[in-house]
Amino acid sequence: MDNAAIIGIGMTKIEARKVDMTFADMAFEATRKALDDAGMTIDDIDNVITTSNDFWDGRTISCMAVGDASGANDKNVSCVEGDGAFGAFYGLARSLSGSYGTTLVTGHSKGSQSVSSLITNAAFDPIYNRALGLDMIGACAMQASAYMHRTGTTARQLAAVSVKNHGNALKNPNAQLGMKLSVEDVLKSEMIADPLHKLDCSPVSDGCCAIIIANEDRAKKYKGKPVWIKGVAMCADAYFFGDRDLSRADSLVKAAKQACAMAGVSDPAKQIDFAEVYDAFSYQELMWLEGLGLCADGAAGKLIEDGAFGIEGRLPVNASGGLLGGHAVIAAGLYRIAEVVKQIRGEAGAYQVKKAHVGLAHGVNGLAGQSHCVWILGKDR
Amino acid sequence: MAKRVAIVGTGQTFHKSHRPDVNGQELINEAVQRALRDAGLTIGDIDAIVIGNMDHFEGINYVDCWSVDGAGGFMKPVLKITTGGTTGCTIAIGGYHLVASGMYDKVLVIGWEKNSESDTSGAITTAFDPIWDRLVFAGAISGLAAEAQAYMARYGATDRDAARVSVRDRKHALNNPHAQLRKEVSIEEVLASPMLADPIHLLDICPRTDGACAVVMANEDSAEKLCENPDWIWGTGNRHSYAYIGDADMGRLTSMERTAREIFKKAGIREPRKEINVIELYQPYSFAGIIWIEDMGIVPPGKGAEYIWSGATDMGGELPVNPSGGVISCNPIGATGLVRCAEAAMQVMGNAEGRQVPNVNFAVSTGFGGCWWTDMILHGKKKPNY
Amino acid sequence: MADIFKGVEPLVVKSKISVPYHWWAGETASTFYVTLRDKQAIMGTRCAKCAKLFLPPRKTCPLCFGTEMEWKAVKTAGVVQAFTVVRRQLAAMSKKAPVIYALIKLEGADSGFLHVLDQVRPEDVKIGMRVEAKFAGNRTATIFDIEYFKPASQEK
Repeated sequence: MDNAAIIGIGMTKIEARKVDMTFADMAFEATRKALDDAGMTIDDIDNVITTSNDFWDGRTISCMAVGDASGANDKNVSCVEGDGAFGAFYGLARSLSGSYGTTLVTGHSKGSQSVSSLITNAAFDPIYNRALGLDMIGACAMQASAYMHRTGTTARQLAAVSVKNHGNALKNPNAQLGMKLSVEDVLKSEMIADPLHKLDCSPVSDGCCAIIIANEDRAKKYKGKPVWIKGVAMCADAYFFGDRDLSRADSLVKAAKQACAMAGVSDPAKQIDFAEVYDAFSYQELMWLEGLGLCADGAAGKLIEDGAFGIEGRLPVNASGGLLGGHAVIAAGLYRIAEVVKQIRGEAGAYQVKKAHVGLAHGVNGLAGQSHCVWILGKDR
Repeated sequence: MAKRVAIVGTGQTFHKSHRPDVNGQELINEAVQRALRDAGLTIGDIDAIVIGNMDHFEGINYVDCWSVDGAGGFMKPVLKITTGGTTGCTIAIGGYHLVASGMYDKVLVIGWEKNSESDTSGAITTAFDPIWDRLVFAGAISGLAAEAQAYMARYGATDRDAARVSVRDRKHALNNPHAQLRKEVSIEEVLASPMLADPIHLLDICPRTDGACAVVMANEDSAEKLCENPDWIWGTGNRHSYAYIGDADMGRLTSMERTAREIFKKAGIREPRKEINVIELYQPYSFAGIIWIEDMGIVPPGKGAEYIWSGATDMGGELPVNPSGGVISCNPIGATGLVRCAEAAMQVMGNAEGRQVPNVNFAVSTGFGGCWWTDMILHGKKKPNY
Repeated sequence: MADIFKGVEPLVVKSKISVPYHWWAGETASTFYVTLRDKQAIMGTRCAKCAKLFLPPRKTCPLCFGTEMEWKAVKTAGVVQAFTVVRRQLAAMSKKAPVIYALIKLEGADSGFLHVLDQVRPEDVKIGMRVEAKFAGNRTATIFDIEYFKPASQEK
């Protein structure tokens, strides 16, 4: 792969209900911020990728609502349906294809405008599974039970993730749900679906994120500090839960290995300084860290209790507060990428990690982590 | 370094109004198996998959994840790209960029739709802005009727002119075993068919179809090993400006004009009418067959009808349009644009059988949808010189 | 809020996407459901090459992409691989909370089967426990022709 960099980021604040903003208003704000960040005007953008989902937006051809607001008028544009990390993947491909030098990628979601249970239930196969009435929470709870059973990870260890990420969110002005919690607070919160308490689950959120990707030639032309894309990969596991070992993230393992190989990372636990992973539920942070090879299989639970993943820890994870701190569904992976860029530039303020040379961002698509997209970003080319 | 990209295999299901014998995944699998066979590959050779459809036609969320079994995406990168009616062409453009970027050697592109599983008009209505357009506007046909009326008022065309386009495409469909509707009609029959939305008659417009299409794209090294006559992709482009119905210049497809201009400039095509040998136009209704070839720059504004009547766009004419029978003979929406791409590729590769146009050097395929949006691909027999 | 809108009354436009769907089950799923309804048997398909028996049945093998699949009945009892007790009444649920969802590896199958458990207290459900199908009295060729799975009456 040729060199490419992220040269601009723009995030709206993640909030429970953006009553004053439409999808287009959010996209415009994020795009405007990303352009300002990069020192660019919309004329410097060669093409645009939006990321949206017709079910979440309650609109067929949901990209219609945000194309112009993302600056795509009279430009080449396309739309990825899925997590924003996947949208950015396509944006990267277009920046490297020889057709375009710069690609603006946006991802938006307003969870406040719909009913997530019905929307995620629609991801179940209509012929065999859907009538059972499961949704994303039930699906992930089932995965959590399988993961905890296999690895011996405890409810207290899950709760420790929630305590950490909600605590980190207090330091991030863009986060929605900063809270000072104790493990007991999490364990006392409502049991929604065993073993997941309310505080193990990310909130319903509204938000939009934009990033600007440029190939090497163009990356040098603007004022922003380029953050280089060193490795990227995606991979999908089987669809039916029964075809997968739900307690393992096989597709993440494969994607992570490919991304590391591309980045020249042979020992991710040592060579990656920090990570922003897709913690839609507390257990996922632990499970994904193991799948990513950032710690040994089954070891994450112990490490979180030891403080290894705190902002001051050995491997800071979700210093931004992660998805537990605010989960704009389709934009979530894009927010992870933008947060990694912020850290590498040293602009994360109160939640800046000490060593931020090489960072990992991660997005998930589908039920219970079926499909993963892994990004490794670095300060150096 | 950016890579050259070619299409090395295509596959289509047989398209029908209802395919009750298969579910969506199984339908997808038919097209995929055929495309792989056509390219001489197995699923293990494929590095990544791009898939697209329109969510509310099947009511399945996260289709990229759900379809993995049928698509062959198990433990592979799978990306969903979707842009409404343009989806089929958009995903082909997606496959092109994934290969051109150098990240993958061989990419499988899949478009599909089972329109029989929902209420197509009901689902399309939700494409329009919920606050401004949705409550006062329904389905796809009313917008197209508005476009046709505006064009007729501006250039004096008639529904008889449009009927000539319908006669052409429905005749061409006789040569295509994959077309859903294969029955010749006369101009009088088109004009006598029920008026759906003035000036559009039943025989002017596309049907609803169940079907899937798959295309295999490969980089230069692989393509030349796999295929004697690969279909080289010379350029891709699109315009999806406008989100509201009132934004469009009714009666002119501005998105087509701008996209065509960009692609032809890049490829050095100065006289498209002479240099392009065949067009697979995403033409959901007959009037578009007159209007949009003007916007593409084949003939000047207002001259489309005359060109159609001359027979130039018929098989054997100067520039045959829709040898496949086009969209009005078959319309599995998420696949429709990719069918255009596959048919154009077959023309370039010289394996279009009964619908083959002789000596195709350049072919154009397009997608239409959203709010008067256009996607376009330029296909060529020779390797692009860039 | 008055601040954000600078005095304008904030309005909400309410809507609902309600499009009717009817999914063709296809030949494979039709065979599965008709057999379930008429014979109270659970059938999977087995890939000749991978020698894996899939449930739900597949028309083609998702692993090797082969097309040689044969029908095989599996036992109506098996082992819980994963489960959850959904205690909050979530919008998608067709039953009253709490509902126990479980992934069950039926004997003879190589993949798990998603369904609900009943006739057991939530606190007594364990990964690894044996359960068996309870068929519905009135069967209509849906997934609920298996009314639920319950603890296996005895080790067989």
